[in-house]
Amino acid sequence: MKNVLGVINLVNERPILKELTHHRCLASIPFGGRYRMIDFTMSNFMNVSISKVAIFTKDKYRSLMDHLGSGKEWDLDHRSQGLFILPSIHPDEKIKGDLQQFYDHLEFFQRATADTVIIAPGHHICKIDFNDVIKEHESSEADITVLYKDYDGVQVKRPIYHQCSLDTNGEVRDINLYMSPKIGDHVCLETYVIKKQLLIELIKNCIEYDEYDFLKDIVKANLTNLKVRGYQFTGYMPFIHSLETYHASNMEFLNPEILQTFFYDSWEVFTKIKHEAPAEFTNSSKVSNSLIANGCIIEGTVENSIIFRGVKVKKGAVVKNSIIMQKGDIEEGAHVENVITDKQVIITRDQIITARNKPMVIRKEEVV
Amino acid sequence: MTSKKWVAMLLAGGQGSRLGELTSDLAKPAVPFGGKYRIIDFTLSNCTHSGIDTVGILTQYRPHLLNSYIGNGRPWDLDRNKGGVSMLPPYQGKDGGEWYKGTANAVYQNFHFIDHNDPEYVLVISGDHIYKMDYNKMLEDHIDKGAHATIAVIEVPWEEANRFGIMNTNETDQIIEFEEKPKNPKSNLASMGVYIFNWKHLKKYLTEDELDSSSTNDFGKDIIPKMLNDEAKLQAYRFKGYWKDVGTIESLWEAHMDLLEESSDFKLGDPDWQIYAGNANHPPQYISEDAEVTQSLINEGCLVFGKVDHSVLSYNVQVGRGSIVKNSVIMPNVKIGNNVIIEKAIIGTGTIIDDDAVIFDSKQGLTLIGENQRVSSENALLQAL
Repeated sequence: MKNVLGVINLVNERPILKELTHHRCLASIPFGGRYRMIDFTMSNFMNVSISKVAIFTKDKYRSLMDHLGSGKEWDLDHRSQGLFILPSIHPDEKIKGDLQQFYDHLEFFQRATADTVIIAPGHHICKIDFNDVIKEHESSEADITVLYKDYDGVQVKRPIYHQCSLDTNGEVRDINLYMSPKIGDHVCLETYVIKKQLLIELIKNCIEYDEYDFLKDIVKANLTNLKVRGYQFTGYMPFIHSLETYHASNMEFLNPEILQTFFYDSWEVFTKIKHEAPAEFTNSSKVSNSLIANGCIIEGTVENSIIFRGVKVKKGAVVKNSIIMQKGDIEEGAHVENVITDKQVIITRDQIITARNKPMVIRKEEVV
Repeated sequence: MTSKKWVAMLLAGGQGSRLGELTSDLAKPAVPFGGKYRIIDFTLSNCTHSGIDTVGILTQYRPHLLNSYIGNGRPWDLDRNKGGVSMLPPYQGKDGGEWYKGTANAVYQNFHFIDHNDPEYVLVISGDHIYKMDYNKMLEDHIDKGAHATIAVIEVPWEEANRFGIMNTNETDQIIEFEEKPKNPKSNLASMGVYIFNWKHLKKYLTEDELDSSSTNDFGKDIIPKMLNDEAKLQAYRFKGYWKDVGTIESLWEAHMDLLEESSDFKLGDPDWQIYAGNANHPPQYISEDAEVTQSLINEGCLVFGKVDHSVLSYNVQVGRGSIVKNSVIMPNVKIGNNVIIEKAIIGTGTIIDDDAVIFDSKQGLTLIGENQRVSSENALLQAL
């Protein structure tokens, strides 16, 4: 879609998954054996041929930039369009809100030839067909379309979600900010469609009155003056708000049906290309119900686990219900269970690590 | 135009008829290899690792897939502002044009391409061998020895020497004689089909060769013997390491089995010498609860529900429940149903094997199923009888 601009808004990322965000932002957390969370949104944009994407970053975006590069993997290395990473231009000040950053980079919106903008966060694991969303946005003549999903996750510990209330016409009547949803509540996916001119106008207005929050000051504040419609996303999307839900939603990908819907039935999910060799299995490998990425050498036992690229599981080592990120090394006789090892972790010979109640994270480059 | 130190001319026009049904729709260099690659990736990655930034790929037979696969050469770092990769099929000039008559003629027909890059040296390689080689070391040797041409050679077992082009050398490894498939070999140094020439010197020979109507216009059969005849200085460069010509179904299968040897010094996953390939985006492979996978190479995109032993599975291969795949090479996008038995076979890209099919040769031979076939349980049983 030539007339659509993609915006990935990382300014509102919440402090969840702290164990995995010491050195990276939420969108850059590895997921599903070879992806980063942002790949899903990037690929959803790619599926509708969006050729200009801006990523508004908050902090810790080095790993994200390394991952995205020129955007080639998502067909974004265009001459005049392409990928734009737009960090805060006030590095010494605390960001007042996403609108401040949108305003600081207003030129990006003004210069774009597209007339419609999709704004989405960077950590949702889902496949949204934006063709359908845009079609409905246009046919309903909405000023703003707000995507929501009925809550089907486990109890959240902190109120980090926003709930939409809709009338029978599908128009959003109220937004309850920062709450803990119950099953069936319409949770705002912080994904919106809006006309570019209207967005620019509203941003300028807000900044004039010292208002800095897109959802609160543009969407919620205008529920009566503008036509704000809800769009229900009914596809699969795990609500990730804790280490347990992150672990569990990774494990969901061991369900062949979910694998099928995510990777085989519809458009592809793209990620950074690494030229790793096919995974190598030896005489002693015992692997069951697991996802294995390329570049792995599996000599030991792997059960119900997600193994990222370039991991070595040596002879006699056992990995169970675990997530082993890129270039992890599980040495001879080691045993890990219910563990998430960040990138380049080494579990030394004969070490036994089993977490019982909650998955245990071993930090990047640690040697245990 | 800045002149280049060297350019590579990669011969990729061969049909590879001895690969049977695997090359009915594509050129030999484009045949899938090692679960994730195509044969040509090995030579192209050698160029990348040797710091060569200008590669001409000479195509002739069924080049379409190869053209789109190579694209702008980005996977091999060949998307350069100056140089990079160029596909060179036969073309028409104002005096007409013709097919490439032989390897030497193919390079001759493109001498404008080489002249345009103005190199000191020309590396001539082919796209149908599996090996990892730093051509730079060979070039250093070529320059050190002050040779007109250097030919890479590898020691082969004496009993197999009669299958190769053999170089007879003196004590300083200067080539004194070349024999194609000699009945009584005097040496076991086989030509690897890797040549470095001084461009000015080679150009003279190519031009003369073109005027010689009795010539077959081939490097091995015509150019090298002529150079030797003129007492040009031809050096052999001894290569140590794994090298395999995968020109036949048997050798293609053997090369795959070599990859599975734990003791093999030829590993695909060498971090210092990655093999680059195009089309690399697939989901991680899924190994199910009941699956059993041993001594195998399995690429991303595979779904394995059965048993896989001592085999290579390319991307997007599915192995159904209760199926057994053993000592086999399964090419991309092959769907294997439930309760299938496949032993010692090569299954071509996109083929579908229905439930309960049995594919193996009762005489322990190798079975080849071509591309995009459908094998049902009935016709597979016939094969077993």
